[in-house]
Amino acid sequence: MFDPCKIREDFPILKRKINNHPLIYFDNAATSQKPRQVIEVIKDFYENHNANVHRAVHTLSQEASELYENAHEEVAKFISANSIEEIVFLRGTTEAINLVSYAWGLRNLKKGDEVIISLMEHHSNIVPWETLSKVNGFNVRYVGVNDDGTLDYEAFENMISEKAKIVCVGHVSNVTGVVNDVKRIAKVAHDHGALTLVDGAQSVPHLPVNVKDLDVDFLAFSGHKMLGPTGIGALYSKREILERMEPFQGGGEMIREVSFNPVTKRCSISWNDLPWKFEAGTPNVCGGVGLMEAVKYLRRIGMENVNAHECTLTEYAMQRMKECQKVKIYGPKDASVKCGIIPFNIEGLSSHDVALFLDSYGIMIRSGFHCAQPLHQTFKLKSSARTSFYIYNTREEIDRFADVLKEIDQL
Amino acid sequence: MVSIEDYVARIEETCGEERDFIVIFKYDKREEAVAKILKKAKIEKSISAIIFELTFKDVSFRLYGTGKAIFRKLKERSELQNVLINLLS
Repeated sequence: MFDPCKIREDFPILKRKINNHPLIYFDNAATSQKPRQVIEVIKDFYENHNANVHRAVHTLSQEASELYENAHEEVAKFISANSIEEIVFLRGTTEAINLVSYAWGLRNLKKGDEVIISLMEHHSNIVPWETLSKVNGFNVRYVGVNDDGTLDYEAFENMISEKAKIVCVGHVSNVTGVVNDVKRIAKVAHDHGALTLVDGAQSVPHLPVNVKDLDVDFLAFSGHKMLGPTGIGALYSKREILERMEPFQGGGEMIREVSFNPVTKRCSISWNDLPWKFEAGTPNVCGGVGLMEAVKYLRRIGMENVNAHECTLTEYAMQRMKECQKVKIYGPKDASVKCGIIPFNIEGLSSHDVALFLDSYGIMIRSGFHCAQPLHQTFKLKSSARTSFYIYNTREEIDRFADVLKEIDQL
Repeated sequence: MVSIEDYVARIEETCGEERDFIVIFKYDKREEAVAKILKKAKIEKSISAIIFELTFKDVSFRLYGTGKAIFRKLKERSELQNVLINLLS
């Protein structure tokens, strides 16, 4: 049975007091806290198994290689990918999207082509495409959002044509928590001959995600938002797409052979197998091992349970927040169409003031643009405060949060 | 002569049209910094001794008892630095 109080016992940081108050961590959309199981596996790796991978025949290297490959396997199972060949480990979502834009986009996008993005995207799913468009001359087009922050599917379906080569969309908005119907988006994209790239940074940690069912072509996500360490994340793509792509970066690990030809006086190079072809240099082995443990932890809880718990908390939090007259919540009113993220403002105060006030009571929330300035412009907001939940958050914490909001409300 | 570095751990500049500066005082110096600022600046409003709305030489800002302050409508970081030097000296 899902019990957040039991889960909390696994998170040492939640025992901390901040500004003489028990820590309430509501900034999970930025990064999650780590359970002791993940912390211990990282410690164990450096104390007992540390070595470079795929480079040596000695015992430690074999152990490290096996752990690192198992980590790919575990992540592949977690999102129902076919095999580890479809899972590339990278620093995180940002690097994964940059890999697609450069390794795929640089060679496949040209003048006259279109890349379709939604206005609710995180900057990391905007900037790589806008930057590359200056090189390749393709057009970047933006699909708008409705007043409640949901995607304007009609506008998307009217906008897409055979010119579109890739549709890039977040699975869950990091500002409103809106869950996009990426299966529908992928179907429409494929009907027009376009690929789909899904930013899964806010979905993979919180929802059951099955890449085969969604039929997306790329899915990028970060380990640190799903109980894992920072500096590790993954890119999923279909094997046939990755096979056709050229590598992102060059170096060790990603090559099978670099052979000097004395006649041409050049080196001829052949690439390593998938996924190593996209993992140049010594990888973040320990990060991968930490991510594996995080995935195992989430699998033990069950992603349906994770999602259900967050939906319940979100609904309860929205209800409690509405008791404060000066609080304005953005995004859908229906908690069932979103994940555990609630953006809001308090009349007469900047979002940073709200965050600093809550901080005084040990409550950690995010304030600002959340790296999604175009969406804030759409809502005509200078910034917003954002509260976001995870498996270890409780109704009691929301009550405390609502009580402090009421104090701010009365200022 | 007081150096800002004696008291300030970090200054965060927020992004967007209206740039706010959030000043985070060093943990072990925060009480001293708050006391100095409260002595020099004019208290416009105090809320539960947690937040102080202050003005100092036409600059209005909010100071938090936790050792953080938020300054608005300052154009340059150098302007903020001058205000901080005056407040902390």
